[in-house]
Amino acid sequence: MLAANNIDLSINGVKLLDDVSLELAPGSVTAVIGPNGAGKTSLLKAITNEVAINSGSVVFNGKHIDHWSARQRAAMMAVLAQGSQLNFPFTVEEVVALGRTPHSSGIERDNEIVTQALKLVDCEYLRNRIFTRLSGGEKQRVQFARVLAQIWEPSEDGQQLLVLDEPTASFDLAHQQMMLETVATLTNRNIAVLIVLHDLNLAISCADQIVMIGCGQVQAVGAPEQVVNPETIAQVFGVSIDIVPHPKTGAPVVIPL
Amino acid sequence: MRLLSPQRLLFCLAILLPSCMLLSMIIGPVNISLSVLWNSVFVGDYNSLDAMILTNIRIPRVLLGACVGATLACCGAVLQGLFRNPLADPTLIGVSAGASAGASFAIVLGASIVHGGALFGISVVAIAAFTGGLITSFIVYRLASGPEGTSVATMLLAGIAISALAGAINSLLSFFSDDESLRRISLWQMGNLDASTWQHVWLMGAVFIALIVAFPRDARGLNAMLLGESEARHLGIEVEWMKRRLIIFTALGIGVSVAVVGMVAFVGLIVPHLVRLLIGPDHRYLIPASAMVGAILLMLADTFARIIVAPAELPAGVITALLGAPFFVSLLIQQRRVI
Repeated sequence: MLAANNIDLSINGVKLLDDVSLELAPGSVTAVIGPNGAGKTSLLKAITNEVAINSGSVVFNGKHIDHWSARQRAAMMAVLAQGSQLNFPFTVEEVVALGRTPHSSGIERDNEIVTQALKLVDCEYLRNRIFTRLSGGEKQRVQFARVLAQIWEPSEDGQQLLVLDEPTASFDLAHQQMMLETVATLTNRNIAVLIVLHDLNLAISCADQIVMIGCGQVQAVGAPEQVVNPETIAQVFGVSIDIVPHPKTGAPVVIPL
Repeated sequence: MRLLSPQRLLFCLAILLPSCMLLSMIIGPVNISLSVLWNSVFVGDYNSLDAMILTNIRIPRVLLGACVGATLACCGAVLQGLFRNPLADPTLIGVSAGASAGASFAIVLGASIVHGGALFGISVVAIAAFTGGLITSFIVYRLASGPEGTSVATMLLAGIAISALAGAINSLLSFFSDDESLRRISLWQMGNLDASTWQHVWLMGAVFIALIVAFPRDARGLNAMLLGESEARHLGIEVEWMKRRLIIFTALGIGVSVAVVGMVAFVGLIVPHLVRLLIGPDHRYLIPASAMVGAILLMLADTFARIIVAPAELPAGVITALLGAPFFVSLLIQQRRVI
C-alpha cells in the first residue's frame, strides 16, 4: 500500500537519507530501529510527505503521494509525532476531536468516536481536563487517541496507514502493553502500522517486519529474527548483545552484554 | 473545566452588544434622549440639534468603534492561532507599526499631491496602511519561517526589529512633514475616533464583514494549527495556503483599522485572551465571541473617553491602553495561581 523507492534526502547539504527503499503491506506492522541520528525520523518525514525528497518516489495507495489532496491523504494516513507543541488550553476531549478534522461525519458520530478512542487508550477519566496540565505520558496517550480517531473508520480512497514516532517513550509498562495491543487490533482491520522504536524487545514482539537504519541507509530489512542478530546489532549500534529464547514463550529476547 | 459554555457566552454577548451600542449612542458630552434616537433612526426626523449630533457624529462614531474593535479583536484571535502564540498581537509582530508607517507615508506625500479631496485622501491612506501592514507581516513571516516551520521566537524578535524600522520611517516622515500632516500623524498614533464619518463606517464595515465571513472557514484549520504545523498538515489542512490567506486578511483588517482610527493598543491582544479564559481556544466560537467583545470594549472605551474630560476628549487608544495593561497583568497573575 505504500512503497518508497530509492529515496534521497538532504537538508542544507547534509545527507539524511541515502537510497532508502521500503515497502509496507496492509495489516502489517513495520518497526524502524536504529541509533540516534540515523535518519529514522527523516524517513518518516519523507514518506509522510512532510519534507520534499531530492530523488526517488513515494507511492501511496497507487498514486504518487503528492497527487493526493491533503484531505484525502489525512483520511488514509495518521501521523503521531514525538512530543507535543500544543500550549493552548484545549480540553482532552477537544484534542481528540481534532482527529476528526479531515472528516465530515457530524458532531454526534464524532463524539461517539472520541469516547471510544479515549476508552481504548485508558483516558476516559481525563475527558474534561485541560490538556496542557497533563503529565507527559497522559499527553502522549491523548495524542494517540487523536490519531486513532483520525483513522477510526475506513477510507473510500484506499487502505489506511498509521505512523508512530517513538510512541512508547513516555509510557509506563502497562501502557506500553496497551499500545501494543491496540496496534495489534488495528492490523486486524487491515491498517498498516509504521512505528519507530528504541526498545529492541518491543520491536521484536510487535513487528512483522523490521527495518534497521544506520547512517541514513537501510542496513537490514526482514523478519525480526533475521534482522535482530548479534552481528548486525554490533555493526550498526556498536554494542554487543546476546539473544536467548524466552523461558516461557520461546520468542527471541535481546540481552545487552 | 471551563467557566462558560461557548453557546452561553455568545448568547450573553448578543444581548450585551446592542445594549452597549445604545448606551454609547445616548451618552456623551450632550446626552441624547431615547425618543430622539428612535425618531431619527426610524421616523427620519433630523431637524433638532440632538438629532443632528446623533446622525452626523454619534452614530457613525459608535458604529466605527464597534467595527474597529471587532476587527482588531478577531484579527488578534486569528494571528494568535496562526502563530500558535498567545502573545502574537498586531502591535507585537509589527503589523500595526507597518500600517502606521504606510499611513504616514500617504499623509505626507498625499497631502502634497492631492490637496483637499477627502474621499480620495481617505482611500489613499487606507490603501497605503494596508500595503504597509501587508509588507511588514510578509517580512516578519518570511524571517520567522525556515525549512523546519515557523519559529515563534524569531517571529517576535523580527516583529520588534521591523517595528523599530517602521517607527524610524515614521519619525523621519514626521520630521519632514508640514504642521498639518504632523498633527494628523500624531493623532493617528494615539488612536482616535473623533473624526469618524459615514465614509469611514462604510469602509470599515465592509472590511469587517469580509473578515467575519472569511475567518470562520478556517476555524477548524486554526484549531488543528494549535497542535503544530506538521500535525495540521497531517490532519488534511493545506497549511501554506491557509497561512497566506489569513496573513493577507489580517493585514487588510489591521491596515484599514489603523488607517481610519490609528493605533488602538491592546484590543487585539487582550480580547482573545479573555474569551479564551472563559470558553477555551476553539476558533469556531473564539472568533465571533472575540469580535463581539472587541466591539463592546472599544465602544465603551470611546464613550468613557468622550465624557471623562468633557467637553474635551481623550483618544480612545489611550483609554484601551490604560485599562488594558493592568487588566492583562491581573489575568496573568490569576492564570498563574490556577496552574
